[in-house]
Amino acid sequence: MTATVTNPTWATPRPATRTVQASVPLHDAFTQTTTLAWRALLKMRRNPEQLVDVTAMPVLFTVMFGFMFAGAISGSQASYLPILIPGIIAQTTITACVAAGVQLREDMDKGVFDRFRSLPITRIAPLAGPMMADLARYAIAASVTILVGILMGYRPGGGLPGVTLGILLAVITGWSLAWIFLWIGTITRTAGAVQGMSMMIMFPLAFLSNAFVPVSTLPAWLRAVTTINPVSHVVSAMRDLMNKGTITANVGWALLGCATVAAIFIPLAVRSYTKRV
Amino acid sequence: MNVQSATTPGRPSSSGRPADGESRVQSPTAVEARGLTKTFGTNRAVDGIDLTVCEGEIFGVLGPNGAGKTTVLNMLATLLPIDSGSARIFGYDVRREAHAVRQLIGVTGQYASVDENLTGRENLWLFGRLQGLSSKRAHGTADDLLAKFDLTDAAHRPIAQFSGGMRRRLDLAASLITRPALVFLDEPTTGLDPRTRAQMWHTIRDLAAEGSTIMLTTQYLDEADELADRITVIDHGRKVAEGTPDQLKAQIGTSSLRVSLTYDADTARAVALAAELIRDTPIPTPTGSGFSVTLSDANQAADVLIALRDHHLDIAGAAIEQPSLDDVFMALTGRPSDTGVPATETSHS
Ligand SMILES: Nc1ncnc2c1ncn2[C@@H]1O[C@H](COP(=O)(O)OP(=O)(O)OP(=O)(O)O)[C@@H](O)[C@H]1O
Ligand SMILES: [Mg+2]
Repeated sequence: MTATVTNPTWATPRPATRTVQASVPLHDAFTQTTTLAWRALLKMRRNPEQLVDVTAMPVLFTVMFGFMFAGAISGSQASYLPILIPGIIAQTTITACVAAGVQLREDMDKGVFDRFRSLPITRIAPLAGPMMADLARYAIAASVTILVGILMGYRPGGGLPGVTLGILLAVITGWSLAWIFLWIGTITRTAGAVQGMSMMIMFPLAFLSNAFVPVSTLPAWLRAVTTINPVSHVVSAMRDLMNKGTITANVGWALLGCATVAAIFIPLAVRSYTKRV
Repeated sequence: MNVQSATTPGRPSSSGRPADGESRVQSPTAVEARGLTKTFGTNRAVDGIDLTVCEGEIFGVLGPNGAGKTTVLNMLATLLPIDSGSARIFGYDVRREAHAVRQLIGVTGQYASVDENLTGRENLWLFGRLQGLSSKRAHGTADDLLAKFDLTDAAHRPIAQFSGGMRRRLDLAASLITRPALVFLDEPTTGLDPRTRAQMWHTIRDLAAEGSTIMLTTQYLDEADELADRITVIDHGRKVAEGTPDQLKAQIGTSSLRVSLTYDADTARAVALAAELIRDTPIPTPTGSGFSVTLSDANQAADVLIALRDHHLDIAGAAIEQPSLDDVFMALTGRPSDTGVPATETSHS
């Protein structure tokens, strides 16, 4: 990859002396994606309020749920925290995913997107770049939740390896589920609409699961719903990893669930995105 | 890097595409569009426009608000799908070879297309990286461009703090990172003060002198006259005229008489008097008191002025002018250009 010589006199190369590539080479596509991930990270740093949903929110939820439901559900806070923390991680990760769709919608309406469209870059880079940067958001959400939990007395039995794997699973889950909301971002007209539609998906996904309550307390039909919800498997897998340090079949089911969501929504999102840009 | 400066100049043959997916630019014609059409709902925004822009020229697309200028440009720049018709940029089909086209063009849209969250330098670095420059070279190019566009002092300020003129310059700078062979400029001076506007004209001329082909749109008649080698005038999505500024002026006669009257109320009588003396229909000045009329012979001016004097119509001012593009526009579309832009009062031919 050699660049045009920066000519001190700024003479424009004659068109006839230029070579033109038929498509974007893979390593260029990767550079373009990481460059746009850099842009998204810089944006996050410049607008720290964008991080509220992965910092303040998990703190609020952990403290609130920890004190409110501990007695009702598990009898004591010490026994509820191991159940609650993975649930909160799953819930905040999904909330963080919603922002991906909202951000994409806002970005697509901005002037800079017109320039992205006029550049010889891979069409998907403006979508893939922010997705890459968002991995940091999911990691922050999971870490903050665990830290608050530890302050409240949570002692993860899985130790550092278990917790690290738990965070990794949260990041994978966030990345996979975000495609749902990206797809919504590409089919709606305004950021507000993305937010509204996303809520209708986010709440069942997070709450029709085993994230906050033991499934055994639920009526049979609801139990069936929670079993097919991939979030339940993610939460179970995370509990096994973080509390016991064991990699169980739930990890497999969780990854399969994430892969399924991604397999359905990546093509949908990419297709409707490339149609719009 | 997508656009490379090759070591061997000379025109390539269009047939031999190397096996590695690279090809040489095929055609010396910068833009070749046939029957370009775009419909939004029931609105035919662009209705069968043919265009040919030669390599190295400054080509102006002139038209009032809503004429379809932006739509034409966006279709040529691969930003908007072409409904029907065809377009080639340096021989590459805009529809089928959009990726190749994008390697040869720079686009400065009507509205700023830089990132508000980044500084000027970060913006240029970003677009340099996206187009395959190494990080170091992208920084170098960014600094060169900032200096060239007089933005060095503002390099580290966020765009949100830029003035309109600075934004416009940064926008143009961002389009020039790879020294594109063809630069699209959509209304490059709209909203600029007269001094910044003159600077932008200067920059555009420089760019052309350095070898870029430029296609610009404008609603300013003096701008097209001043900058463009050739002009196409469009209105309601159709081409109404095309030629050099001089050819367009020649279409409507050699010179014209412009009279302004002291009293608005006299205009109708004055127009009637002038119409009796001169074959061409006098056109009332859009602002009110006065009219202009095309002359076949400069002596006719004296006849008109004497007639007005004889009828006690008070003349506030009179000038014999080479035709301006304002007149061309009037003659071609049957109405004055909608914009309150100062028309060229002097002739420059
Ligand atoms: N995205 C769009 N959807 C619907 N109609 C559109 C769209 N873009 C442009 N139009 C319509 O197409 C016509 C041409 O618009 P265009 O923007 O090309 O004009 P223009 O010559 O660039 O005008 P201006 O000088 O105001 O920039 C207008 O009637 C406009 O309303
Ligand atoms: Mg326009």
